[in-house]
Amino acid sequence: MNLRDTLTVYRKELRDALRDRRTLISMFLMPAVIMPAILLLFGTATYHVVKKAHAQPPVIGVLGGVDSPAVKAALNAQPGFVLVAAPDDWRERIADKRLRAVVEIPANFEASLAASGSAEVKIFHYEGELKSGFAVGELRKFFTGLRERTLAERLKTRDLPASFARPFEIRTENVAPPEKVGGNTFGGFIPYLLILLSFTGVIYPAIDLMAGEKERGTLETLLCSPASRLDIVLGKFLLVLTVSLTTVACSLLSMTVSLLAGGLVMLGSGRMAAQLSGAAGAALPSLDPLGLVGVVILVLPLAVLFAAVALMISLFARTQKEAQTYIAPLVAVVLLPAVAGMLPGVELGSALALVPVLNVALACKELVSGAWPWTQLALIFGSTCFYAAAALAGCVRMFSRESVLFRT
Amino acid sequence: MIQARNLTKVFRHKKRGEIRAVDNVSFACEPGKIYGLLGANGAGKTTTLRLLATLLAPTGGDAVVAGFDVSTHPAHVRARVGFLAASTALYGRLTARETIAYFGRLNGLDDERIASRTAQLSAELGMEEFLDRRVDTFSTGMKQKTSIARTLVHDPEVLILDEPTLGLDVMAARGIVRFVRECRSRGKTVIYSTHIMSEVEKLCDRVGIIHGGKLLAEGTLGELRERHGEHDLEEIFVKVAGGEAIA
Repeated sequence: MNLRDTLTVYRKELRDALRDRRTLISMFLMPAVIMPAILLLFGTATYHVVKKAHAQPPVIGVLGGVDSPAVKAALNAQPGFVLVAAPDDWRERIADKRLRAVVEIPANFEASLAASGSAEVKIFHYEGELKSGFAVGELRKFFTGLRERTLAERLKTRDLPASFARPFEIRTENVAPPEKVGGNTFGGFIPYLLILLSFTGVIYPAIDLMAGEKERGTLETLLCSPASRLDIVLGKFLLVLTVSLTTVACSLLSMTVSLLAGGLVMLGSGRMAAQLSGAAGAALPSLDPLGLVGVVILVLPLAVLFAAVALMISLFARTQKEAQTYIAPLVAVVLLPAVAGMLPGVELGSALALVPVLNVALACKELVSGAWPWTQLALIFGSTCFYAAAALAGCVRMFSRESVLFRT
Repeated sequence: MIQARNLTKVFRHKKRGEIRAVDNVSFACEPGKIYGLLGANGAGKTTTLRLLATLLAPTGGDAVVAGFDVSTHPAHVRARVGFLAASTALYGRLTARETIAYFGRLNGLDDERIASRTAQLSAELGMEEFLDRRVDTFSTGMKQKTSIARTLVHDPEVLILDEPTLGLDVMAARGIVRFVRECRSRGKTVIYSTHIMSEVEKLCDRVGIIHGGKLLAEGTLGELRERHGEHDLEEIFVKVAGGEAIA
């Protein structure tokens, strides 16, 4: 190996890449501008949709209640919705989103309440529809209040304390440290994002540098030089790795900025948006920063593995198109274990520590939670390094094969 | 100096089986001479030249180029060879100066030497005007000049030229022919493959006719004319190649 030649090839490839519009788009523009723009647009659109939904009080139909004028009047006085008499085709109207929900007040409801009886109030809604959900929420709030008040009156009549109907309370309290909570919420998402980005980052340069050069005829020019094939492969590999890591860094930076900015915009808005930004706001700062450093260290050999595999495939292909055909389905292959790492119950063990991609995904979940299972981390780092080295060796070996270099 | 002895290259193809692209080819080319390798498409010219340039490894036989065996010292051979082919393209996003510097560096030249060679080559080839422009904006002639400069940056003693005029217009092709003559006059060993008879007649001191991977005839143009009783090189070529095809 000749370091001078490797660096010569690397520097040339870097200069070439920085002059290539497509590389610049995939390396800087996509992660730094387009992705956050999409996120921001999506966030703003969601915010406005939720705000609009809240601003328009849902129209709710009432069935029955003729013999319960007080309940109906109280319901009518509620500011959260507009009450109308349910028409005959109320079911169709809910399905057509003209009515958000219909509440059925049973016959003799008020009488039943006064006589300490029991009754059933039915709410008809459109499952999964946002505005219908709001209407149901408002109705539940009203009838829960009514139930509480009725119960309190009944207890009072019988001279019974409030605790009679509520012998004990159930309270949940989180004892996990905030990093662990954050780790569990976002721990699966972060490696998923890093793994995906480090893979998508290698695709274009790997295809361009091997299959592309083969197709354009520049690879043969390069092979005429006295530089060893090992140096040429290493130089090209370093460039692919650089692009991949730059893509990851740009994406992370821009996403953090846009998440924080988006969170500020959405904070205090509608219920859903508030929940979203609230979760992000609560969990993001509570991730263990040292754990994040650990994540980056673990993702490094994985990026090496991706770069080497993508280069190898690209080298095997005759044309850029062929290389794209081979590499594109790999995104799914890479994503599956990364997604599996987010599933509940899939925990880090010695066997899973050897499964490439999945092991890093699982370890990252632990790391951002502040846990450092050293034995398994060593196993994961070691095995990923081994896979990366094997893939790189395979790439170098393939680069020495005439049948691959001059495949036409 | 190029010395090929029983040079053989066999490709194994899944469907077509064993293909002897180069079959026991022997010839020699001396410094200050141009050896023309004449053959139809698929005759084995490119494979022979790729073996000499160490892009491919021979299956049998051997070749010594600039004093080094192509099988045992490929890097030494490449450092002393300039290889130019229709298939050796340039990087579109580099300038001509950067291209020359890149290949100079890969050939072990230091920055000072690269600068002096670039100045010398650009003056000789008339490249000053476009030296700092990107190759993807070049005309065919400019590209060809840049390719020549790239080939010569390390001042190689042997030049291997594989159909260098393929796809070029008349002016660019004439430029190549002139450049090859100049290389000969500077004492370089030149091997030149083509299927264009007129180029062989204009340039070559010795000619080898290759067909089906075999070197079927070899000699100076005069010797070949005398041996085959024909003056026209095309007739000689058809006689040699066609005879083999019938047999």
